[in-house]
Amino acid sequence: QFSHNTITKANQTKQIKEQEETEAKAIQIGSKDRSKKRVEASCFVSMEVGRKMANMLGTDHDLNFKETELCLGLPGGIAVVAAGNETESSSSPKTSGKRGFSETVDLKLNLQSKESTMDLNKNLDDNGSKEKSGSAKDPAKPPAKAQVVGWPPVRSYRKNIMANQKNSSEESGNSGAALVKVSMDGAPYLRKVDLKMYKSYQELSDALAKMFSSFTMGNYGPQGMIDFMNESKLMDLLNSSDYVPSYEDKDGDWMLVGDVPWQ
Amino acid sequence: DKASRTDIAAPTCGSNLVVNDLEKPRKKELASSHRTIDISSKQRLCLLPIIQSITQPPSDKVEEHDPLSQSTHTDCTEDQGHTLSPPKLPYMERYRAHTSKQSPLLWAEEASSKASAKVPVLCKTPDSHKHSARDRNTASLVCKSWYRVEALTRSELFIGNCYAVSPARATARFTRVRALHLKGRPRFADFNLMPPDWGAHFNPWVLAFAKACPWLEKVYLKRMSVTDDDLATLAESFLGFKELVLVCCDGFGTSGLAIFVSKCRQLKVLDLIESEVSDDETDWILCFPEGESHLESLIFDCVECPINFEALERLVARSPSLKKLKLNRYVSIGQLYRLMVQAPQLTHLGTGSFSPSEIAGQGDQEPDYVTAFAACKSLVCLSGFREIIPDYLPAIYPICANLTSLNFSYANITAEQLKPIISNCHKLQVFWVLDSICDEGLQAVAATCKELRELRVFPVDAREDSDGPVSEVGFQAISEGCRKLQSILYFCQRMTNAAVIAMSINCPDLVVFRLCIMGRHRPDHVTGEPMDDGFGAIVMNCKKLTRLAVSGLLTDKAFDYIGRYGKLVRTLSVAFAGDSDMALKYVLEGCPQLQKLEIRDSPFGDAALCSGLHHYYNMRFLWMSSCRLTHQGCQQIARAMPRLVVEVIRSADEEEMDVCVQTLYMYRSLEGPRNDAPKFVTIL
Repeated sequence: QFSHNTITKANQTKQIKEQEETEAKAIQIGSKDRSKKRVEASCFVSMEVGRKMANMLGTDHDLNFKETELCLGLPGGIAVVAAGNETESSSSPKTSGKRGFSETVDLKLNLQSKESTMDLNKNLDDNGSKEKSGSAKDPAKPPAKAQVVGWPPVRSYRKNIMANQKNSSEESGNSGAALVKVSMDGAPYLRKVDLKMYKSYQELSDALAKMFSSFTMGNYGPQGMIDFMNESKLMDLLNSSDYVPSYEDKDGDWMLVGDVPWQ
Repeated sequence: DKASRTDIAAPTCGSNLVVNDLEKPRKKELASSHRTIDISSKQRLCLLPIIQSITQPPSDKVEEHDPLSQSTHTDCTEDQGHTLSPPKLPYMERYRAHTSKQSPLLWAEEASSKASAKVPVLCKTPDSHKHSARDRNTASLVCKSWYRVEALTRSELFIGNCYAVSPARATARFTRVRALHLKGRPRFADFNLMPPDWGAHFNPWVLAFAKACPWLEKVYLKRMSVTDDDLATLAESFLGFKELVLVCCDGFGTSGLAIFVSKCRQLKVLDLIESEVSDDETDWILCFPEGESHLESLIFDCVECPINFEALERLVARSPSLKKLKLNRYVSIGQLYRLMVQAPQLTHLGTGSFSPSEIAGQGDQEPDYVTAFAACKSLVCLSGFREIIPDYLPAIYPICANLTSLNFSYANITAEQLKPIISNCHKLQVFWVLDSICDEGLQAVAATCKELRELRVFPVDAREDSDGPVSEVGFQAISEGCRKLQSILYFCQRMTNAAVIAMSINCPDLVVFRLCIMGRHRPDHVTGEPMDDGFGAIVMNCKKLTRLAVSGLLTDKAFDYIGRYGKLVRTLSVAFAGDSDMALKYVLEGCPQLQKLEIRDSPFGDAALCSGLHHYYNMRFLWMSSCRLTHQGCQQIARAMPRLVVEVIRSADEEEMDVCVQTLYMYRSLEGPRNDAPKFVTIL
């Protein structure tokens, strides 16, 4: 019925102001009174989604506020919040009531079996699924809040970098390259290869051959220049029995290449 | 003018002021110079060595009260051949009566046969230039001759708001400036709270200085828009140009850099920090002139485009003075190795990606990174790690013990990966890190880094509803372990008043306290109380606090505390806090040193705004966005205060002017409304 995306900034400001007002009222209310106050004064079930919706429902938009009763505390007489609050079905104390997401979610899950809370959860789920796709599938994950502009105050420069890092690590799998050291007997130094670059033993073999060709060809010059040479000679070499590719597995055993499938 | 003919050497160390007998002071001036000067600088100023060359013996009184005679600081301009005798006149006594430890301006009177002029003697102190700028500002108010001489001898010009004064006015007064430091946009612009192209253009400044002050050598800009043309002008108009530092700037690209570096033959410093540099696909590294370079600092970690590595390698090889090098993420660890081998004299290193280039089979050796790091015996500041592969971290073990500054704030590492590093960093003073290290990682920091002065903990996932891997646990651990802490920036999702109170007691040296509880309006997660008491304790117990950023659920009470106890607070950042106008009133009425106030999404209205009228001319700026201000209210302010520029900023797509003001940004200015304001800005 509504979407955060369509709300203009002006409305947002207005909402925020409304929010402030209602929250201000909530704060000033003593704990005893809190339980008696209704939706308008203190309204949230879970973090921001609940609150924003409540505001919009209750004040700016003439939607079925009563029917959804979104802003009620968890009915059924369940103690929602920390000590000191009277629990009453229609209360949702504010100042001491801000639990972390997980706690709120747990409570929601508990309630799902209760008839009287159908509306509540149904609406949350509905709205949640409108907000983000994840919530309907995974009830343990709370619907993500709509993000406020410029909050938290982290520069977009930094945010972009972190996002890029996350993307590239997702793309390349776990922690980036699958690097292994390769050494050849008699070679003066090791090489490192990224196994993810290759799709088969043959490819790997060719690459290694290229890497170590200089030694076999006797082209290891005084400056240690690598000479990636003549492929046919390399292939001859590989196919001969002078050099056999083998590897040390995690148990420390030397295995011949090919015994175990590449995957 | 006698003043201009007098050969006052341009001070070799930026902020000296030596006023000699320039003209016969008239009685009037003498009388005015009897004023006592209230200087808020905390710097100890030491007497010039010339005092020691005084032929007349100093009076006993001077010796007695001279707290600085023990100082051996001699890093000052020499003044040859003037005899000065110590002050004897009654004003000196009156002055001393007002002098506290914190206003150590001493002057000596010339008692020669010429009429006596007061000779203020200010020497360079080891600390920041900001303080000496304030001293100079104060000194320039004493009398006209001091004003003139101070203007002639000021070599570093700091302008905190580029719209407060025009380039013409600045160049008219300060004709011998060597270094220009300008700040532009307000800080909240970094968080997309303002449409782009608001202003803060460097262009009029570079043009004015090119004409009036061609001996300019250093430019430091923060949050300004700089174009490629501006960079070209810099390089072409200032022949001895040496240092360019751009922080959070934008508007230019690699082609501008290319022109700049190719023409600046004397370039020593090129620092690009968190700036947006567009990729014009120009090979700017290649444009550094051939031959030995004077480069001492090259920082380009924010440049998001590939660079010519071979050219960089050659550049580093021919820069024997290079001390600071911060690479961008396009430099692989193998390439880093090659550079480190060329430049073991580095003191500051930004490592680039800190992972191998992805092209395997390139024949990259397995270089001995450990040895390369070990060879950099002067390395004290380490950063980078843009795409870190933690396997390589052990390479930095050899230098941990020397590090005073470590920036892991782009390295997503765990506590386990951090521990072996941090447990060796006994000298660490500055540490920036991601919250991926969790409370456990912070505990490890607290256990080792007893010298820590500055800590910044950034969120990996900067959203309101993200998991918070750090909490009051790590925060408290830091407060218990790092007692010398002066500056903290801490992003978290959970905090308690108890932990904040603990820090206020454990770390009394705190100057900067910025706590960002990312979920809005979050109370103490254990007691459910607002965070008022925690922040109240900070302002009460941290007597040196000058910068404060608050968050979490806060009522007016928190602001009452701030107004009551935050007497030194100069910068205050408020978001989603407070209940009513009273909160803002408390602050505006209670904080006499307040200079920068930035507020968003808080319920403060016109009445609160009016309560600051007595103070706005003392402030650099006030920012209020998404509060409860109306046009009328802002108009009232504008009418009452002609020297304030009152900008109402709306979002770029809004045409109509609402009754409500989306963003108010106001600042004092000598120039009136600026002429480069974009359409979405209305100046009342």
